[in-house]
Formats: sequence, C-alpha cells, structure tokens
Amino acid sequence: MTEFLIKNGFVFDPTLKIKGDVADVAIKNGKIVETDAVKKPKVIDASGKTVMAGGLEIHAHIAGPKVNVGRIYRPEDKLFNATAGLKATPTHMNTRMEGGFSIPTTYKTGYNYARLGYTTAMEAAMPPLFARHVHEEMRDTPIIDEGAYPVFGNNWFVLEYIKNREINNTAAYIAWLLEATKGFAIKSVNPGGTEAWGWGLNCLQVTDPVPYFDVTPQEITTGLIEANELLGLPHSLHIHGNNLGNPGNYTTTLDTLKAAEGHKAKNKFHREQVLHHTHIQFHSYGGDKWANFESKARPIMDYVNKHKNITVDVGFVTLDETTTMTADGPFEHHLTELNHLKWANVDVELETAAGVVPYVYSPDIFVCGVQWAIGLEIALLSKDPMRCFITTDHPNAGPFTRYPRILKWLMSQKARDEQIKAFKNSDKVVNGSEIASFDRELTLYEVAAMTRAGPAKALGLSHMYGGLKPGLDADVAVYNFNPEKENSPDEIEKAFSTVQYLFKTGEKIIKDGEIVSNGNKRTLWVHAKVEENPQVMRDIEEKFVKYYTVTKGNYEVHGKHFIPNPLAIEVDAT
Amino acid sequence: MTKTITDVICPFCGTLCDDIEVTVSDDGKKILEVFNACAIGNEKFHHAMAKDRPVRPRMQQADGTYKEVSYDEAVEYTAQMLANAKKPLMYGWSSTNCEAQSIGHEIAEAVGAVVDNTAAVCHGTTLIAVQDVGIPSCTLGEIKNRADRILFWGCNPAHAHPRHMSRYSIFPRGFFTGKGSQSRKLIVVDPRHSDTSKLADVYYQVEQGRDYELLQAFRTALKGEWLPDVVAGIPKERIYEGAELMKSGRFGIIFFGMGVTQTLGKNHNIDAAISLTKDLNEYTKFSIMPMRGHYNVTGSGEVLAWQFGFPYSVDLSRGYARYNPGDTSSIDLLIRGEVDSVFTIASDPGAHFPISAVKRIASLPSVAVDPHITPTTEVSKLHVPVAFVGIEVGGNAYRMDNVPIDTRKVVDPPEGVLTDEQFLERVLIRVKELKGVKA
Amino acid sequence: MNTVTLTPKKQSDLYLEVNNITPDMFAGKSTEQIAALPVYVGNTEHPLGEFFTVTGAAGASAAETRIVIKGDSSRLKYIGMKMTAGEIEVEGSADQYVGGWMAGGKIHVQGNVQAFAGVGMRGGELLVDGNAGDYLGAAYRGDWRGMQGGKIYIKGNAGSDLGYFMNGGTIVVDGDVDVFVGTHAEGGTIIIKGNAKSKVGGQMVQGEIYVFGTIDVMLPGYIYRQELEKEVEGMKGKFALFEGDTAERHPKRKGQLQYAKLYLKQ
Repeated sequence: MTEFLIKNGFVFDPTLKIKGDVADVAIKNGKIVETDAVKKPKVIDASGKTVMAGGLEIHAHIAGPKVNVGRIYRPEDKLFNATAGLKATPTHMNTRMEGGFSIPTTYKTGYNYARLGYTTAMEAAMPPLFARHVHEEMRDTPIIDEGAYPVFGNNWFVLEYIKNREINNTAAYIAWLLEATKGFAIKSVNPGGTEAWGWGLNCLQVTDPVPYFDVTPQEITTGLIEANELLGLPHSLHIHGNNLGNPGNYTTTLDTLKAAEGHKAKNKFHREQVLHHTHIQFHSYGGDKWANFESKARPIMDYVNKHKNITVDVGFVTLDETTTMTADGPFEHHLTELNHLKWANVDVELETAAGVVPYVYSPDIFVCGVQWAIGLEIALLSKDPMRCFITTDHPNAGPFTRYPRILKWLMSQKARDEQIKAFKNSDKVVNGSEIASFDRELTLYEVAAMTRAGPAKALGLSHMYGGLKPGLDADVAVYNFNPEKENSPDEIEKAFSTVQYLFKTGEKIIKDGEIVSNGNKRTLWVHAKVEENPQVMRDIEEKFVKYYTVTKGNYEVHGKHFIPNPLAIEVDAT
Repeated sequence: MTKTITDVICPFCGTLCDDIEVTVSDDGKKILEVFNACAIGNEKFHHAMAKDRPVRPRMQQADGTYKEVSYDEAVEYTAQMLANAKKPLMYGWSSTNCEAQSIGHEIAEAVGAVVDNTAAVCHGTTLIAVQDVGIPSCTLGEIKNRADRILFWGCNPAHAHPRHMSRYSIFPRGFFTGKGSQSRKLIVVDPRHSDTSKLADVYYQVEQGRDYELLQAFRTALKGEWLPDVVAGIPKERIYEGAELMKSGRFGIIFFGMGVTQTLGKNHNIDAAISLTKDLNEYTKFSIMPMRGHYNVTGSGEVLAWQFGFPYSVDLSRGYARYNPGDTSSIDLLIRGEVDSVFTIASDPGAHFPISAVKRIASLPSVAVDPHITPTTEVSKLHVPVAFVGIEVGGNAYRMDNVPIDTRKVVDPPEGVLTDEQFLERVLIRVKELKGVKA
Repeated sequence: MNTVTLTPKKQSDLYLEVNNITPDMFAGKSTEQIAALPVYVGNTEHPLGEFFTVTGAAGASAAETRIVIKGDSSRLKYIGMKMTAGEIEVEGSADQYVGGWMAGGKIHVQGNVQAFAGVGMRGGELLVDGNAGDYLGAAYRGDWRGMQGGKIYIKGNAGSDLGYFMNGGTIVVDGDVDVFVGTHAEGGTIIIKGNAKSKVGGQMVQGEIYVFGTIDVMLPGYIYRQELEKEVEGMKGKFALFEGDTAERHPKRKGQLQYAKLYLKQ
C-alpha cells in the first residue's frame, strides 16, 4: 500500500493531546505510523489546513427498514435533488448516482459522510428480524465502516428474563442475538413503551408497567446495564429513554439516567460509561404544554457533568425539513396527530416497532427555535467534551450533512446571534432558553473530542479510531481551514462541508474535495463468547416454533452477500 | 440415500413460506418430494425438473423460429442492445434475488435505462398511496400473535396466497390469540363471492368500482357523521355496524389485493384504506398490508429505494434517478413509444401487459431472461434461460411484510445453465467496456 | 418584449426533453447560444439547434422574453418547466409537464396537453385551447404541497386527478373532467363548467369546487347545506352548497369546523 505523509497541518487530536500544533502525520499499511517509519511517502501539503482523525458517527439512522420506508414514501425528498453517477462520470471514477436530502440513498450516505471527513458510522436501531436488510444497505454504503445496534428494550425474551431478574440469561440471549444479527451493541428505545404500542399504548414514565409483561422501563434499563457489563461489551447500553419529545420530559430523563448510579464499566476496551443516552436534546424539555415549552438543558447537563459513567449525544435541531424515524412507535403516532403529515409504522413481532413522519423544523415556529437552542445549550454546558457528542439523530433533528452548520453555531457566538435574530419569534425563543446568554465558543480541540476521540472511546473502539496515535487506523481528514486566521461563521461552515483530503484505513478517498475511491468498507460486529446456556437455547427454539413467522434457521445473518467484509470485535465473557 | 433439506423458502408468492422441506436425490440433482408447500408452491419446485426446459439461449430468426446460441453470444447481444439504446427499459426483477437486482441496477445506471418491476401492474398504486398518506403496518407475526379483527378487501388468499390464512392471519394460535380463529372476527369485502368470503363472519358485497366510496363511508361512520341510506350498494346500518366492529377489536388488520389496487380508484382506494387504518388508531390498534404477489417484488422495491430512492418505475436515463408513474412506468413508456429496447427478467409482461404494450415489445430489440418459456420469451428477440432462484440458487428476498428471508438452493441447475446473477455480471462487465466505465 | 421563434427542423425518434425551453433560460442569450442549449433524447444530449431553427431575439430578462414554438410539439416534454416570467406560445399540442413547477409568466398552448401540466405550480398562467391529460395542476408524488397559486384554464376537457393536493390558485375547465377532482385539497378553487364523473372532492379538507354540469355519484362524506346565488367566472346562477369531506379531519376557526365546499349548479 502507498505510504503518505501529511505535512505541516494544524493538528487537533485529544488522544495525543495536540491542540493545533503544526505536525506531520504518516500513513503506512493502513495505519498511522511514526513519521520516520515511512520511506518514500506521497507527500500531502497540509500547511495552513486543519488535520484531524476521521470522524465517528455514534448515532444515525442510515440503513435498514425504516430508513428505506422513508426513501420509498418520500419521492419529494429527491425531487431536483439528485446527482449523476456512472453514466456521467464513467472514465475517471466509478462512483454511483446520489439522491435525496433527509434520507439519502446508501451511496449518497457513504459519499456525504466522507465529504464531511467522517470514516465510521453506527446505524442506531436495527430491528433484529430485519438484520439482513440493514446489512444489505450497509454493504451498499461505500467507504465508511459501519456497525448496527440491535434493539432490545422491548424484546419479549428480555422482558421475560428481566422480569424474573435473570441477568445471566439476558446476557446469554444478547450474545446469541448479536451473533445472529451481526450486531454491535445493545440499543434500547422507549423501553417497554414500544411493546405497549403493540396495543396502541405507551410507557411514558420509568415506573409505568409494560402491559402483560408487568416489568417497568426502569427495571429493563437496569437489567440491560447489568447484562452489558456482565458481557463486557465494547459499547455501553445505548438508550433512547421514555417520554421523548414531550414538554416536561426532563424529569423522566433524569429518572432514566439514575439507572446508571452504582454501576461501573467492566470491559477491556477502556470504555468508562455504563449508559449512553442518545439525542438528549429531545429529552431535555420543560413546561407542561407547548405554550410554555422551555429548555431544561441545564438540569440535565448538571447531572451528566457530575456522573462520569454517563455519555450523551445531542441530536441538534438544524431547522430543516426532514424525516423523523424511530423505534419509538407511539411517539411517531403522537407526532402525526400533531402535524398531520404522512405516517408510516411497522410493528415487528416479539421485538420492536418503528414509525416514520416527515417534519418541518420551521424557524417561524417558537418550539422549533427553542429545540434548536436546547441542542446548542447541551453542547455548550458540557464540561467534558469526551462525554458529549455531536449528532443530529440523523435524520430526526436534521440531516447529518448539517454538521458543518452546527460547528458554525458551536464555534461562533456571532453565528448563534444571527440565527436568534432570524427567528420569527425571537423573543419567545430567548425567553424559553438560555442560549442568548452563552458566550462559550468551542475550540477545534473540543470539536475533535466531540466527534472523534470521545465517540471512539464510548464505543470501545479507541484501539482503532478517533485519533492520530501511531497504531490506530489511518483515518485522516484534512480540512481547508486555517485556525490561526479570523474565520467568519460562513467560512467555518464552508471549510467543514467538504474535506480537502480524506484517508480511510490508509487509502486516499478524497482528493481536492473529489471522491476518488469507493474505499474498502468494513462491517463491525461484536462476537461475545458466553458459557453454554441450555435454558436460553431452549427458549429460543420454543419462541421460533410458536410465535415467530420465520424459522430459527432462516433468522440468522449468514454469507458474503450480506457482509462481504466483516470485522468482528471479540469479547470473552465465559 | 436421499436427503431432506429443511427451512426451505418457497419462491412463489409474497407469503414466502420458509418451512418447506424438500427431499432430493443422492446426487443433489433431482427433487423427489416437497413437504408443507401449497399446491402452487409444490408445482413450482417440481416444475424445475421439467424435461423440456430450455437450457441454452435461443435467438429468434427472421422466420420466427428459434436458434440455439451460446451464453457468450447472448451476453454480447444483450450488452450491445443496452449500450446502444437511447432509452432501454429493464423490466421485471420480481422473481429473482436481491443480488441479481443489484447487478441489474448497476447495468441500468451505466447505460441510462429505466428500471421497473411488476409493481407497475399490481401494487404500484399502493406505493403511490403510501407516498401520499404513509402506511401503518406490521410484520405478519404481529397478526398471528395479536390480531382479533381481520379484513380482506379485494383479495382472495384462499386461492392466491393459499397458506396465508393458516400461517399468519386466521387460524394460527399466537401469544395473545390462543384460541386461533375463534379469537378473531373475519370481515371480507369483495364484489364477488369467493372461497375467502365463505369463511367471513361479515361479508360486504361492494358494488363494482365503488370501493373508494365504501372506504370513505367507513371513515365517516367512525366519526359518527351522517351517511346516505346506501353507499356502494351497502345499507348505511351495515356500515355503522362494520365501523363499530373494527373499533371494538384490540388489534386489527386490513389485507388488500389487486381487487382494489387495479380497479377504478386505484391508488385512491388504498389511500382511503390507509386513512381508515390511521383513523382506527385513534380508538384501538390497526394495521394494513398489501398482499404482494411475486415472491420478491417487495425486495425489488427495497433495493431500488436504497440505491436510487424510489421503489419502482425509476428512470435513470438522464444520469440521475427520476420517478413519476404515468411517465416513467413501463406500460406508459411502451404505449407512448418512449423506449427503444426492452430487457425483461424474472417476470412475464407478455402475459400481463395490455396487448398494445406487448406488441411494442415485439417490435423492438428485446431480451427476456427467464427459466421458463413464457409469452414474453416468445415475443422477445432473445430468450436467455437461467436457473430457478430459490431452488437452484439462493439469495435474499423480501416477504410481503418486508421481512428479508434468504432463499436456499436445493438442487443444482442443469449443466451449464447460468444463474441470473452470473448472466447479469457478464453483461455488466461487457456494458462497462462498451461504455468506457472504469472497472 | 422580444420574441424567439423555434421552428422544428426534424422530429426526434423518441421524445425530446426540453426543460431548457423557458424564458428564464433564453433571456440574455443570442440565438446561437440558445441553439446550443442542451435538449435530451433518452440518455443522449443534443443541442437545441439540432431540432429547431432559432430566430428572433431574446429579451434581457425572462419577463421581457416571449417564446413561440411552431409546428407539432406533441413529443416535447417539460415545455416551460420552472419558468418564473415571460411568455411561451405553443402553436400545436404539447406533451407532458407543460408548465411543471412554474412560478410565473404565461403559457398558451393552442392544441392539447398531456398529463402533469402545471404539476407543482406556484404561480403564473397556463391556458390550453384543447384538452388536458391526467394530473392537471396536481402535486408531485408524495408531496402534500400541490398547486400553490396561479391560474390554469382549459377550454376543452381534462383527465383524472385534477388539482390533487391543491393548496391555492384556480383551475377552470370549460368541458368535462374524469374521476378524482381536488382530492386531498386544502385550498384553491376548481371550476368545472361541464360534467364530472364520480369521486369529486374526496378527502378534501378545504377549498372550493364548482360543477356547472352533473356529478354521476356523490361521495358519502358531503352534506347538503343550502341553496345560494353565486357569480362564478362571469356566470350567475343558483348553486346547491355541499360541505365535506366529513371522512377527513378539518381545522377549526373561531370554534367552527372548516369544510371544503362543493357547489353544484341548479
């Protein structure tokens, strides 16, 4: 493989504690190496530019059944929003057609992450029965490494085992399902509430018992944390708590976070948290109706800042027309009742559900303005950027392609002030939030923690990703951004919209802003070895015979046509 | 010694039964017995054993007879036809696996073709309705485990999806439905009596072409609003009763078929049925699901959607994807004279399209890829026989509820017969050469 | 106002996509530059001049540019697509998408137009002397924001799905229309001077439909309210007012539910 030397860039890397010093980065055999380890490298002149590790997406909906429902049922998302592929660019590249804005095609998803300097992304909710579909889409998403989180929080096995306090069995089942679906981590969405949705009901509070199963969301969350740490998986429990999106829900969120108290991370991957709460912006709402809706980012972040065993990602509202999609089935029904836009729902036997509804975050609507403010407040109130990550819960709060705009708002008070002024209900937004009083501007070092080193550590992948330390994968982004210059807000957004260069595991993917390779993407999954557990195996057999509509033999994901290039992370929990 | 292969997937209809057992001969070349399949499925497996099956490509001659040609020649003809066309149509895809569809899409992208599947003549209208109002749905196991209200509207599963009722919808005993059919009320709406309507607790003989009115009347009745005395041939009292029956269930489902998707009203019928389902969710839990026909028409829609953003009738001719049934849909393209060559695979438009569209296929350079001799292969210039997917080669398929199931190979194809994937892969390589696309 | 005249040189073997034939694209260009604009036949691109002789002169802006297309345009798709100002005169018939997504200006077609004329229209005027196809003034697939404004006037008959998801503007049809009129509309005015078939105003939330002739079968969700005098398109008469579609949700204003209005001439 070609050796590269990226010279004289301003390097930002929390793993090496480099805060914008001019330094060189060397690449050999797909890895970062010491600069003297390359003999005849191709030299990339990065002088006057910013150099970081490749970005990591910790939570996005980019592959699988509900994403594709979004594509299928929103042709208008593609209208006049498509670019040519093979036919138009036959000779110099082999890149495929791209289409869509909030729910781009798989090719566009891969290319767009690469353009932003991202090299790894996690699909945030995989319904196990649809695992094959998720993997097919990931296979067709070029360049970026991907993994997917199977959902467990409403799974009948989990509900029954946890009700009986059988944590060993819960763990054994999880290990089996991760292998069957080639999943990466334990995801829990509206624990209990989505099963209740099977009857058109919900669990809004952590103490609301799940119909029939008679277990509470709190018990599910605690049980999953315990099972996760029993197995010692790379990532922690990844939760989307109950009561998402409703005024006054911040108390539910605090209740959810309390499940982590007293638990300590046990794993060999240097992960320190036991609970990752995702898109916490949607869970930090005050007031008791839309009319008095307000930010509760501060009590949430006070709690998060104090508790080192919790990480969060934000879910910034980007003020776009987008498509919401979540395994929180009852929430999407609630949303379609509010905005009357088209509603898709899929309940998945024994496992989960999902809903999809388009949404327009209009700067003319006061609630949308406050949601925008809450996202920024969460990031700006964070005392530890290694535990608070940048996401839009793509595409729920906005498409991930808006990350450069979010950086603009986080790095420039002027940019925030301009947006506040542009709101139709500027006064109400200011009254309902604290954002106007914030003068913190994030540094690129903090941004690198929130988008690289932090997510890599939280995912238990800091041995591969998130930094420029020799030995890590050579995922490197070079941005046309000079941090020593005075940059206007729009210059910030522009510079981070398309990388100058991108390397993925040592291969040059983008040159001068143009994609030159489809890369060699890998699918990450976790292979957790556990002691044989005949009871769980019997339970699995029985549920397939009696309640599933596919046989056990036709459930597991096998074969190169689903995962051409797997990368298994081994865990020994025997 | 014979051997029995279990967990085999039936590659016939959208029910995609995956509990088939097939006994094959010692050498793995002959299917001896098929268990658990319905009569149609059983026939499909045995059909692969037919002695008179074509095993080499056949080129139509000037006098209408066919001459055997090699796969090399077939690849060359197909690649040249596609690469030289200004607007080729690549139609079908519904009876092959997702891997073949993927390769086909790459060919279509390289040559600037229109890709369409058989939804164009069955549930395309459903997809239009879904695009307009969404779709609250579920997997078939949810019906089995929870449903106590089952509606069949404009479909006859007793004949078209024979195991649907026993596996998923009426008879199975599930987690919350321990009494099987006794725990369910069956409502059937159809202008004709059928073997499905015979099983119904409540049957509505809707006037032909008035499904939209009846569906809207149910919605009106749900809201307790005024109705005329008779709608679509049904007295209003019965409509209020039906609305009450749906509301009073714990979990309901509407299954619908081509009786509503392809009759007067088309997408609007489905739109109204989906809207009715959505309304019912204000009172209880309700879902709706199309009874998809070909075993992998759903998969074709899925793959097209994640690759290009649209589920059928995708026009790639301008280098990017466009979609608008009525313009980019196969029958319209053929009848209006918008395409200049036709590639069909894994479907039989010759048997299902209007005669004017079929005549157009016959008048154009055309290739049909299909294991069988069909009306389509008989109007096409070149017939390329291939292996049966789901019998002679595996690969992924999507059930009517979008659940992906990986089909299995049970026997070898006849000596030298290519699979869809193998044939398409060779065409792709040749097309890329012809178009100068970097390999 | 300056006029550019396009006279056909040859017919294309397949349909010709002429989304570049708009005053916006022509404005400020010489006849040579106009002749060099791309048009499309399937997957091939050609200069406009290969199919048309370009004469006259374009104005400096779209508003000052008038385009005349002579001869037979019945295989031209996308005439006037997205135009914002100026005028287009089509002397023959045109194919699909005439005035699609247009925002301003005026198109006059002397013959017929095929499906999707005025799809996604936001403003301007589309006048057709002959008949229109299906989806006249409709929304693009999946979009809940159909025709927003402007006026469409058809002197002949129109097909099905007229004014699908209409939000604003006016559609007038002098002749008869096929099934599904104003489905899902939330605003706008549709005037049918001839007869309608069935499925008129289905799932309509708000907006107005006038039918001067007959409706074969009324939808069940329309309730007769009253008879009243109205002047519509210069014609005075008595109309029976129906409100609906009661199957659909309706917004409240001042405590009153707001329905779509269907006026049937007596």
